[in-house]
Amino acid sequence: MSEAHSAHLEEIPPPYTGPESFVADWSSDQTAFKNVPWGKVMMWIFLVSDTFIFSAFLISYMTVRISAVDPWPNPSEVFALTLFGKKIPLVLIAIMTFILISSSGTMAMAVNFGYRKNRKVTFILLIVTAILGASFVGMQAFEWSKLILEEGVRPWTNPMGAHQFGSVFFMITGFHGTHVSIGVIFLLIVAAKVYRGDLEHNRPGFMTGRKGNYEIVEIMGLYWHFVDLVWVFIFAFFYLW
Amino acid sequence: MEYPKQHPIGIYLKIWALLFILSGLSYSVDYFHFEGYLRWSLIIIFMMLKAGLIVAFFMHMVWERVALIYAVLVPPLLLLTLIGIGVLEGDYTFFTRNVFFGS
Repeated sequence: MSEAHSAHLEEIPPPYTGPESFVADWSSDQTAFKNVPWGKVMMWIFLVSDTFIFSAFLISYMTVRISAVDPWPNPSEVFALTLFGKKIPLVLIAIMTFILISSSGTMAMAVNFGYRKNRKVTFILLIVTAILGASFVGMQAFEWSKLILEEGVRPWTNPMGAHQFGSVFFMITGFHGTHVSIGVIFLLIVAAKVYRGDLEHNRPGFMTGRKGNYEIVEIMGLYWHFVDLVWVFIFAFFYLW
Repeated sequence: MEYPKQHPIGIYLKIWALLFILSGLSYSVDYFHFEGYLRWSLIIIFMMLKAGLIVAFFMHMVWERVALIYAVLVPPLLLLTLIGIGVLEGDYTFFTRNVFFGS
């Protein structure tokens, strides 16, 4: 690999000037992020781009809420549930928050046990994480159907006040829920690889010749923690504000 | 393939407990009906603390190389500009709506 690179570079005669020198520097055999596996760098770059997507949503929500003339519905009351004959504000959202944080905790431990090559515990922790994630999506489906069927909230209208509430709600929580769902699928795939011992025995994956190893559990973990991170911001700005 | 020595599991359990406490605190902001600047500042403080703990320990940022930390944490600072533009635009739209459609 490195031989091919240097052979290729020798075709351009040094010293390089102008745009050529820029190309030569960036195409040389240098790594910007030394000792960091490339898969991890790529996941981080994806997460930075995803940060911008969710930030764009949250900032447009801010703009829309500032400019709304009708009163904004109080999320504390909209998302209240009656449990044991008592109306508790925001209780479902609170439970969802604790579930997602717990799934992040089990995910972090799965990464740790993976690097310790403890196959069984890693597999169990990944499955627990996937179950917690799936239950989060389930509660979100319950919340959506309650809002759509009982309260009559639509992306274009909303009987409780500012119409923009509906569009913002479905857009932001919908995108987040999609991320969680994809994460659950991703978790199950990684869990299967751990269970079969693909990572331990460095077997290549389905669509790649690259040898399997426990770094992919950490890369999966980065994605999952990011989903939790986004929820922290949605919880603060959409549900509590 | 050999991996570097791992941190003790206790770290993750402690961060987990801290996140639970912080989430409980942000929920109580709503439960006890704090209003105005007290509410908003508490929400943001608890949010930033939670986000910081997740990124630093769960996503292993404190143990990463500085080059990667900068590459990930510096670009999102640009979003402050977008927030500023959003506030200006929102205030202006609110103003014009009241002037032209207000009763």
